[in-house]
Amino acid sequence: MMLLDLIVLLFGGGILAWISGRMDARFPRWVSLIVLLVGLLYLITHWVGADPDLADRALSGIPSGSGVWQFALVADWMPLFGVKFFLAADGLSLALLVLTFGLGIVAVFSAWSEITDRSGFFYFNLLWTLAGVAGIFSALDLLLFFFFWEVMLIPMYFLISLWGHEKREYAALKFFIFTQVSGLLMLLSIIALAFFHYQQTGVITFDYFSLRNTPLPEGVGIWVMLGFFVAFTVKLPSVPFHTWLPDAHTQAPTAGSVLLAGLLLKTGAYGLMRFILPLFPSQAAQFAPIAMLLGVISILYAAKLAFAQLDFKRLIAYTSISHMGFILLGIFSANALAMQGAVIQMLAHGISSSALFAIAGSLQHRLHTRQFSRMGGLAKTMPNTAAMGVFFSIAALGMPGFGNFVGEALVLFGSFQVNPLLTMLATVGMILSPIYALKIIQKVFHANAEAEPIGDALGEQARAEDFRFHERLSMGLMVVAILWLGVHPQPVIRLVEPSISALLVPAPVQVSGLAQQDEWSIGR
Amino acid sequence: MLNAIACVTLLPLFGFFVLTLLRPPERVAAWIGCGTVAAAAAILFTITIGFLQNPPAEGHAVVHYGTWVGIGSFQPGFSAWVDMLTLTMLCIITGVGFLIHVYSAGYMVRDEGFARYFSYLNLFIAAMTVLVMADNLLLLFMGWEGVGLCSYLLIGFWYRDPANGAAARKAFIVTRVGDTAMIIGFFMLYLQFSTIDIAEILRRSHEAIYFNQSLYTVVALLLLGGAVGKSAQLPLQTWLPDAMAGPTPVSALIHAATMVTAGVYLIARTHPLFMQAPLAQHAVGWVGLLTLLIAGASALVQVDIKRILAYSTISQIGYMFLGLGVGAWSASIFHLMTHAFFKALLFLSAGTVIFCLHHKQDITEMGGLRKLMPLTFASFVIGCGSLASLPLITSGFYSKDEILIGAWNSGEMAFFWGGVVGALITAVYSFRLVFVVFFGAPKTHPDHAPTLNMQVPLVLLGILSVMGGAIHLRLDGVLPIGSHEVSTGGHGMISALLIVLPLVGVALAWWLYRRGITWTKTTGAPAAMLFFRRGWAFDALYDAVLVHPWVWLATVNRSDVVDSGYTAVARLTQWLYQQASITQTGSVRWYAGVMIFGFTLILSAAVFL
Amino acid sequence: MNAANIPLDHLMLLSCMIFVIGLAGVMMRRNVLYILMSLEIVLNAVCLAFVSAGAHWGKADGQIMFMLILSLAAAEVSVGLGLILQIHRKHGTLDVDRLKELQG
Repeated sequence: MMLLDLIVLLFGGGILAWISGRMDARFPRWVSLIVLLVGLLYLITHWVGADPDLADRALSGIPSGSGVWQFALVADWMPLFGVKFFLAADGLSLALLVLTFGLGIVAVFSAWSEITDRSGFFYFNLLWTLAGVAGIFSALDLLLFFFFWEVMLIPMYFLISLWGHEKREYAALKFFIFTQVSGLLMLLSIIALAFFHYQQTGVITFDYFSLRNTPLPEGVGIWVMLGFFVAFTVKLPSVPFHTWLPDAHTQAPTAGSVLLAGLLLKTGAYGLMRFILPLFPSQAAQFAPIAMLLGVISILYAAKLAFAQLDFKRLIAYTSISHMGFILLGIFSANALAMQGAVIQMLAHGISSSALFAIAGSLQHRLHTRQFSRMGGLAKTMPNTAAMGVFFSIAALGMPGFGNFVGEALVLFGSFQVNPLLTMLATVGMILSPIYALKIIQKVFHANAEAEPIGDALGEQARAEDFRFHERLSMGLMVVAILWLGVHPQPVIRLVEPSISALLVPAPVQVSGLAQQDEWSIGR
Repeated sequence: MLNAIACVTLLPLFGFFVLTLLRPPERVAAWIGCGTVAAAAAILFTITIGFLQNPPAEGHAVVHYGTWVGIGSFQPGFSAWVDMLTLTMLCIITGVGFLIHVYSAGYMVRDEGFARYFSYLNLFIAAMTVLVMADNLLLLFMGWEGVGLCSYLLIGFWYRDPANGAAARKAFIVTRVGDTAMIIGFFMLYLQFSTIDIAEILRRSHEAIYFNQSLYTVVALLLLGGAVGKSAQLPLQTWLPDAMAGPTPVSALIHAATMVTAGVYLIARTHPLFMQAPLAQHAVGWVGLLTLLIAGASALVQVDIKRILAYSTISQIGYMFLGLGVGAWSASIFHLMTHAFFKALLFLSAGTVIFCLHHKQDITEMGGLRKLMPLTFASFVIGCGSLASLPLITSGFYSKDEILIGAWNSGEMAFFWGGVVGALITAVYSFRLVFVVFFGAPKTHPDHAPTLNMQVPLVLLGILSVMGGAIHLRLDGVLPIGSHEVSTGGHGMISALLIVLPLVGVALAWWLYRRGITWTKTTGAPAAMLFFRRGWAFDALYDAVLVHPWVWLATVNRSDVVDSGYTAVARLTQWLYQQASITQTGSVRWYAGVMIFGFTLILSAAVFL
Repeated sequence: MNAANIPLDHLMLLSCMIFVIGLAGVMMRRNVLYILMSLEIVLNAVCLAFVSAGAHWGKADGQIMFMLILSLAAAEVSVGLGLILQIHRKHGTLDVDRLKELQG
C-alpha cells in the first residue's frame, strides 16, 4: 500500500496546493514542501520497518529469483484486457524514489522565491510531475507504466510553457512532440509484446513478470525492442535524439530544469534498465554494440557541444547528455560492475546537475542573464554561490571523491570487460569534461565579465545577493549526498545488488501453477 | 601504532574542512593549517621510527580501514599500504609540506584568500598522502586526481587575472590527458588480473598463467603516459612553466617537491611491470633523457626567475625518469628526495626575493642582492649548488651521481653521455641565475624584509640540502637492486668526471657572466634562443594541432548540426501544409463542385471496377 | 392509381433528375438563399427515392427515413435561414463568391 499512498499523496498534494494558491500565493510552496517532506519520511520509515521477503509474494505473482521486491500491490484495473494496477518496489526503485522526493524538495526550494505568478498551478504541476515519476519507478504493469509515463509529461509541458523564459513555447512544444512520439512507439511495442504473449499462451496480460518469458518471432523482436529503446533514449537522451533537451532545459524555470535533469532523464535510464534487458535479453545482446556506440558518441559529441555554449544553462544541458552517455554505455555492457556504475551515475548526476541548474537559475534570477559574457568575478561578491558552483563543476568533471566519479569509473571498468575499444573512446570523455567544467568556473566565478554588461547589470552584479538560507540548505543537502555517494556508495550498491543480478539473469521460469492460474482468471 | 597512519591523511583533511567551512581569520587559519600538518608529520615520524626498529616480516604492512566499493572481484578499499617507499615519500611530503606551510604563513600575509589558501594546501597534503599510501588502483587514482585538483585551485589562486585561470586550466587538462591514458592502463590491468589491488597485481604479473608480454608493454606505456602528464615530462611538459602563475610556496610544494614527482613514484611502485616490459622501461629512459636536455636548454635562456626553476624541475625529474629507465630504482627515489629539499629551498628563496622586491620576477631587473639579502643569498647558493651537484658538499651530487653510474652500467651510452651533458647545462643555468640575481650592481632595492617564519624554513631546508646526501634510504626490500649498485668497473673515471663537471659548469657560467653573456635579451635575440625560451615551441605546436582545431570545431557547430535534421522535418511539415492550404479558397461553390466530383469519382470507381 | 404500379426505375429516374437539378442549383446559384433552396430539392429527391424503394419492397423503412430527413431538413432550414439572416446583416450581401473569408 505504501507506494500507492505516496503517489496519491503527490496527486492530492498537487490539488491541495492549487486550491491553497487561491487563498494566498505563499501557501502552495509550503504545502508542496510539507507534502514532499512527509512523503520522504513516510518512505524511509516504512522502508526501514519493512520485511524484504514478502509473505504475499505469491499473491502478487512475483516469481522467486527475480530480485527482492517490497510493498507489492495488485488490483484489477481493466480486467477485460488483463491490465492490472500493479505496484512494487525493489532496491533500484527505492533508491530512485528517495531521489525523487529529495530532488522534489530541491526543486521547491529553487522555485521558492522565483515563482510568484500563478503559484498554485505551478506547484500543482510540480507535484503531478513528481507523481508521474514516482509511478514510473514503481509500476510493474506495462500499461500502468505507460500511463504514468504520460502523466509525467503533461504537467512538465505546462511548467515549461507557462513559467519558462523567452523561447518557452517553442521549447515546450519540442519537448512534448519528442516525448509523445517516442511514447507512442513504446505503446505500440507494449501492445505487440502483449500480443505475442497472447498468441503463445492465450493470456492477455501486461504483467512485467509474465511478459519476461515471451519468446518473440525472429526478426520481429528487434523491432519491438526498438520501440522501447527509442522511447527511453529520447528521454535519456542520447544522440541522435537529444536535441529537445538543450532547449527544454534552457527555457524551463529553475525548478523545471531541476526536475528534468534530476528525474525525468532518469526515467529513461530506469526504463532501459528495467525493461530492455530483461524483456529482450537476446535482442539487447545483439543490439548492444550499437547502443554502446550511441553512448560513446553522446559522451564525446555532447562534451564538445557543451564547451562551445555561451549560455550557462545550455552548457549544463549538454553536460547532462554527455553524462547520460555513460549510463547508456553501462547498461548495455550488461555486467554487474557497469550496471552498478550506471545506477550510481544516475543518482550522482541527478544531484550534481540539479545543483548546477539551481545555481544557474539563481544567478539568472539575480542577474537577469544566462550569458557567460556578462558574468564573471562572482567569487568575490557571492562567495557561497561561487563555492557551490566550483564544487559541483568539479563533481561534474568526474573528480574522485564525488559520486559522479564512482559512477563513471564503475561503468568504464565494467564496459572495458565487454568492449575495450569503445571504452577507450569513452574514456576520452574524461579529457573533455574538465574542458567544459573548468570553463564554467572560469567564466562565471573567476575573472571579470568580458563584454560590457548592459544597462544596470554591472550594478546588479555588485549588489547581487548571495545564497539565502533555504538555498544554502538545499545546496548543503546535495553536497552531503554527493560526497556520501563518492566516498561510501556501498549501501547503495548493496541495495541495488539483488535488482541488478535479477535484471542480468535470464527470466526465471514460473514454476508455480498457482500464479499461472491467477493470470488465466484475470485474462478472462 | 601503524593503524594511526590514517591520521597522516585525516588530520590535513580535517584542517581543510575546518578552514573551508569556518573561514577563520588569518592567525587562526595559519595555526590550523600548519598545526594539522605538523601533527601529521609528527605521527608519521613516530610511525617511521617504529617501522625501522621493528620492520614487519614481509617488509610491508597493509592497514585496512573500510570498503569503498565492493562488487565481485572489484574491491577497492580505504586501505594504507605501508613500506619504506611509502614512508619515504610520506616523510618528504609532510616534512617539506610542513616547512612550506610555515613559510606560507609569512608569504601570504594580508592576502584576502588566506584561509582559502591554507585549506587548499591542506587538501593537497591529504590527497598526496592518499596517492602514496593507496593499496589499490582506484584509491591511487583518487589521490592522483586530488592532487591535480589542488594544483588547479592553487595555480588559479589569484583568480581575478584570466591568465592565472588559463594556466590553471592548462595544467589540469594537460595532466588529465596523461591520467586518461593511465586509467585505461588500469582497465587493462583489471581485465587481465581480475583485481585492482596493486600488490596482488604485481605478484600475479610474475605468474606464468598471467604472463602476456605485449599486454605488459602496453600497460606500462599507458602508466608512463600518466606519469609523464603528472611529472611534466615530454611530451606533456608544457603545463609546468605556466603553472608558476600560482603563489611561490605552491610552486615549491606542488610543482617542485611533491606532486610532480608522483610519476616517478608511480613507476617505482609498479616497477615489476616495467621490468617485464623492457621496451617500456627503455621508453622511460628516453623520455627522461630527452626531457632533461630540452628543459635544460630552455632553462638556460629564461628571464623569469620562477620559469628558470620550473624548467629546471622538469629537467631534474627527467633525471629521475632516466634513473628509472636504466633500472637505478632507488637512485631515482633518492634523487627525488634530495630534489625535494633543494628545489623547495630554491623556490622559497626565490619567493623571498619576489616577496621583498614587491612581486618582481624578471631577473634582468634584479642584481647585486648578495649584500642586501645575505640569508636569501646563502640559501640560494646552497640550493643552486645542490642543483648543479657541486661535489661532496651537496646532496644533489650524491643522488645524481648514482643515477649517472646506473646509466653507465646499463650499457646504453646515450643515456650516460646525455646525462653528463645535462649535468653541465644544469650547472651553467643554475649559476647563471645566481650571478645575475645576486652579483653586479643592485638594480632594485628590497622594500620588505622576510619574516621570521619565512627564514626558519629556509635555514632548515638549507641544512637538509647539504646533509640530505648522507641520508641512507632503506628501500632494498621494496625496490630491486639497482643498476647503480652493481660494480662494472671504470667508476673511478666516472667519479672524477662527475666531480669536475659541475665545477667546469660554474666556471663557464662565471666566464659568460663576466663577458656579459647572460641570454636575457628579449628583443633582437637569435632565433634559436627565442625558440628555447618558448620551450621549444611545444605550446605553439599544440595550439596549432589540438587547441585551435578543437575550438574551431566547437564554434562551427555551436548550434548542433543534429538539430537541423529535426528542424528540416518541421520545415517539411510546414511546406506541405502551405501546399495543402492553397486548395482552401473559401469559395463554397468550388468546395461543392470538388466534393461532387470526388463523390462521383468514388461512386463510379465502386460501380465500374 | 396505385403507386405500386409505377415501375421503380421510373421513380428512381425521377428522383435522380430532381437530385441533379438540385445539385446543379447548389453549384450554379450565387445567392446563398437559392443554394439553401436547392439543397432542399436535393433532400427531397433522396426522400422520393427512399419512399419509392420502401413502397417497392413493401417495407416501412422508407417512410421512416423520410420522416427523419424531413425533420433534418426542417432543422437545417431553420438554422440555415438564421445564418443567412446574420450573413446578410453583417456583410450586406448573399453572394457566395463574395463571401470568401474562410480561406487558408
